Amino acid sequence: MHTSAKRDFGNSGLPGLPRPPVTETLVNTQPGTAPATSVPLRMQVRNLNFYYGKVHALHNINLNVATNRVTALIGPSGCGKSTLLRTLNRMHETVRSSRLEGEILLDGEDILSQDVTRLRRRVGMVFQKPNPFPKSIFENVAYGLRINGLPATQKGRLADAVEHSLQRAALWEEVKDQLHKSAYALSGGQQQRLCIARALAVDPEVLLLDEPCSALDPVNTAKVEELLFHLKENCTLVIVTHNMQQAARVSDSTAFVLTGELIEFRPTPQLFTTPSDARTEAYITGRFG
Amino acid sequence: MSVTSLPARGPSVKAFNAHLAWRKTVNVVMLSLTGVCALIAVSALFFILGYLVYHGGRDVNWDFFTKLPTPVGESGGGMANAIVGSGKVLLLAALIGVPIGLLGGIYLAEFGGATVPFIVRYTADLLNGVPSIVIGIFAYAVAVMPVHHFSTLAGGFALGVMMIPIVLRSTEEYLHGVPRSMREASMALGASKWRTIMSVVLPAASSAIMTAILLALARVAGETAPLLFTAFGNRFWSPGWKQPIATLPVMIYTYAVGPYDDWHRQAWAAGLVLLALVLLINIIVRAIMSRGMSAQRS
Repeated sequence: MHTSAKRDFGNSGLPGLPRPPVTETLVNTQPGTAPATSVPLRMQVRNLNFYYGKVHALHNINLNVATNRVTALIGPSGCGKSTLLRTLNRMHETVRSSRLEGEILLDGEDILSQDVTRLRRRVGMVFQKPNPFPKSIFENVAYGLRINGLPATQKGRLADAVEHSLQRAALWEEVKDQLHKSAYALSGGQQQRLCIARALAVDPEVLLLDEPCSALDPVNTAKVEELLFHLKENCTLVIVTHNMQQAARVSDSTAFVLTGELIEFRPTPQLFTTPSDARTEAYITGRFG
Repeated sequence: MSVTSLPARGPSVKAFNAHLAWRKTVNVVMLSLTGVCALIAVSALFFILGYLVYHGGRDVNWDFFTKLPTPVGESGGGMANAIVGSGKVLLLAALIGVPIGLLGGIYLAEFGGATVPFIVRYTADLLNGVPSIVIGIFAYAVAVMPVHHFSTLAGGFALGVMMIPIVLRSTEEYLHGVPRSMREASMALGASKWRTIMSVVLPAASSAIMTAILLALARVAGETAPLLFTAFGNRFWSPGWKQPIATLPVMIYTYAVGPYDDWHRQAWAAGLVLLALVLLINIIVRAIMSRGMSAQRS
């Protein structure tokens, strides 16, 4: 029932979105930037330069995000990995004086020329600290559907979509009897899963996660990681983490970012076992950062 | 509580104990001092309230709320017109002060670059510091002179202008208190900035802003000077909005400086009613707000 409600919602509840399959296989010739991959690419970052005022925060980044895979961005604090993540759904635009050069493609289309509302519906985001709205659990999840124009009259469909999202975020069983309680009544780990459910409710193609577990204890971290593993069946994930074990556990490919440069981007097992760059090796073996 | 042994390298036992006693004394004295000051702060309100009840309590009766002032020399009567008048003037003030202050505060907190908000903020603070009598003169020049008569509208305008900076600055402050992450969560779902403000940021700050609006209302409810030459006063009912109107503060002023004992007692009574009304508004809205909150939570 949930799957059908979901599919129904995805096809007719909101304006249909073209999803052209991008199957070109990029073998990037630039050294140390992108791995050869045979998986279709959901997002491509090309020659990205990013500035906060006069500070040059990201230098000529090239990154390919494979469809239905988990891409991890690792690096020491302040290296620009969060900035890079935020450019992927143009959240950087909330910072005045920021400037972006280069190209970011979603399914082959430039995101910078798209309507930002439509883009963010397709590329969702989960933040470092759980940030539920001061609303009920139900309203938190329903928020994205409401603002994207699911009529409030269709209560049944809204409820189905909320339930489905909570199930995808592995939170339904814990909250199904208290949907109208304040989201603040939940524990930190539950709040973060609620935020994931909220992001999933609009059925994004890509979900960006900015250190989603940094405020969570190990038990809840494990739950979220487990969740990511299931989510990638229907969704492309990009996760920023400063926890290298986490990157190794959850991701398919990993990018190492250092002082605004993408040093190395390879399939995760290779990056962690046979890094090609000395700086990557120094970082993953704990010699700095 | 004194110590009998200490490590060899520390101070002597005697010196340590003396210092300890001194530290404890300072602690007790300062704690008591803060307590006493807190008590004084609270008792000021109760003292005023008690004084008003003592002098005006007897004259707060049904007639006070239902009857017009009696002609000079005749005892009895009430201030029904002034109570309604204060209500009308405050309604106008809120209609002017709340939307402008609220939207201006939203602009300051959410939009705008660096220069414009700075100027607006600075101007608002200056406006807040303008003596109320000067606001009265301004309202007189703008709303009384052109039409050649005092009016309810002019009184409401004067109080509304006074409310603007209070509402504006507190709205701005409380909106700044809403964490940035909450805005980002909404924006990341594709909400526009305005939508984010309306459905996430404002609700998060709503009870604080509501309180600020009420405090601003309570503050201008007691203003006399701006009303003296705008709403002026009226010993009778004031139909509509274009005639002079009686208000409680002006009534208190008129009656308190008048030569009759009967007027003095009524002035005390009016003071008590004014204070009670302000407290009542506060309590009612707080009750509504907290019920709204718990409905949201449970």
